[in-house]
Amino acid sequence: MNMIVCVKQVPDPEAPPASFKIDPATNKVVPPPGVPPVISPFDEQAVEAALRIKDAKGGKISILSLGIGLLRDVVKKPLSMGADELILLEDPAFIEGDSWSTAYALAMAIKKIGQFDIIFCGRQASDTDAGQVGSAIAEILGIPQVTVARKVEVLDGKARVEKVTADGYEVVEVNLPALITVSNELGEPRYATIKGIMSAKRKEPIVWKPADIGVEPGKIGATGRRSKMLKLFQPVREGKVEIITGENEEDAAANLARKLVEVKLL
Amino acid sequence: MADNKGIMIIAEALNSSLASISKELLGAARKLAADLGDEVSALVIGSGIAGVAAEAITFGADKVFIVDDPLLKDYRTDAWVATAEKVAKQVNPRIILAGQTTIGRDLASRLAFRLNTAVTMDCIDLTVDATSKQLMLTKPVYGGNARAIFTSDLYPQMATVRAKAMSPIAPDSARKGEVVTVAAGLDAAAIRTNVLQKVIAEVEGIKLEDASVVVSGGRGIGGPEGFKQLEELAKILKGAMGASRPPCDSGWVPETIQVGLTGKIVSPDVYIAVAISGSSQHIAGCGGSKNIIAINRDPEANIFKEARFGVVGDWKKIVPAFTAKVKELLGR
Repeated sequence: MNMIVCVKQVPDPEAPPASFKIDPATNKVVPPPGVPPVISPFDEQAVEAALRIKDAKGGKISILSLGIGLLRDVVKKPLSMGADELILLEDPAFIEGDSWSTAYALAMAIKKIGQFDIIFCGRQASDTDAGQVGSAIAEILGIPQVTVARKVEVLDGKARVEKVTADGYEVVEVNLPALITVSNELGEPRYATIKGIMSAKRKEPIVWKPADIGVEPGKIGATGRRSKMLKLFQPVREGKVEIITGENEEDAAANLARKLVEVKLL
Repeated sequence: MADNKGIMIIAEALNSSLASISKELLGAARKLAADLGDEVSALVIGSGIAGVAAEAITFGADKVFIVDDPLLKDYRTDAWVATAEKVAKQVNPRIILAGQTTIGRDLASRLAFRLNTAVTMDCIDLTVDATSKQLMLTKPVYGGNARAIFTSDLYPQMATVRAKAMSPIAPDSARKGEVVTVAAGLDAAAIRTNVLQKVIAEVEGIKLEDASVVVSGGRGIGGPEGFKQLEELAKILKGAMGASRPPCDSGWVPETIQVGLTGKIVSPDVYIAVAISGSSQHIAGCGGSKNIIAINRDPEANIFKEARFGVVGDWKKIVPAFTAKVKELLGR
């Protein structure tokens, strides 16, 4: 199995909400000081999905990431978990895109990689929360997609995917090659092993520029955008909580019950 | 683009009736139609779903396009996208709206790229710009920490809409509308996925999305045992139990009761958040509740910023005392 996993470096979504700031002049997030970026959590689960298939069937996993200022310690994490190679689309021309122009660059890089049976993406990036890049890559490459997977296996040359639904899941069989997006229901990604970390240290990422993957310059990054972001802002919270107290916790609890009945909420 | 006319919603049928998200989309579409002087159509895709047409008209559709074909029985990306593409090219709408649902998020993203346009996903507000007449689409980003407003110059203008962000219109059985049947004309060989099995997680009692009272627990509950107490409280309040993501990821409760950005979106009258810190991604799922009641030992927890009433302390002491008092006061 030849697998490609697309991963994105994002501001750490686990950083405390109070540290989240936007610069209104640039419509951009101000990274909280001292909190390093991470790989978007669903993308890490996508790496885990690929590793489980590699464990069962063998194969090669290529990690593909687009951005600038990609911290090597961050983007090398999938290598330390067991992926085989890391390809970076690292150039200012690639960034500030929307789902479409980003997916176009990734799809062109995937074409250059050539051999693949499954492309994995996270179900959505934890910054844009759009969940479109996977579908766009599949559309550009003309391959089938299954989104929001909780389990992926390969059987008889097809992938068998458990797709999360509102009231459970469905088992979907898909012809290969295919694109699959992965959700948190897949389970925790594995930890890096010492051996993995040592081997990742020695591996240098392959860096591709726009000319390396034959993209049309007008279709990537900011110039290739189909949608424009007019404004990025933080919703205003009113914060008018009434704290119910009492002699002790049990008493406060009883007072809460009385209050909720009194105001007819219960 | 002058040729694009009308607002089309992609409707979903659930057990042969119109899904609530589709009623909400029709409500949103009627508002946009009033601003644009346009008509509203609904596209219904599936097998044995023709009965949904009348309901769609009742809830605001002027026209319903029905594509009813055995090959469309299960949601399969290739079949549904090809069908929606065919109808969209025939109708040439100005706007296409879908729900941010299992079907909508898969279908709308791929359909947008097929139609050479753009889509904004998971919108909570849709307005029409007075000058350009383009959609201004507001969606939560950064796990709910921020919101962004998007537009596009491309047509059809597309968005998926979050559950419960929009209100349906009052159903009117006297409304008149036209029903148009469109042949799917699908090639079975071009459908590259197959649904082998559907697994429905059994949930006792009231459905989480429909409950007027929700009792939810977070990481602080510490294990599956604690959720039994929350379940009992939910039962007494004739409500449903939910959870934030950590208890689901830890396997303490089924994944299907996760409330949050990637789980269920609920908007009950009363949402009791027990030992939930209130991460943005959780608030994304419960922020629409009319009243949030927070029980948390950390007075600085973010959930108190969202709550109307709160108690600071250990849930292990508070929940049993609260449950006992509620039983007494309500005589249950």
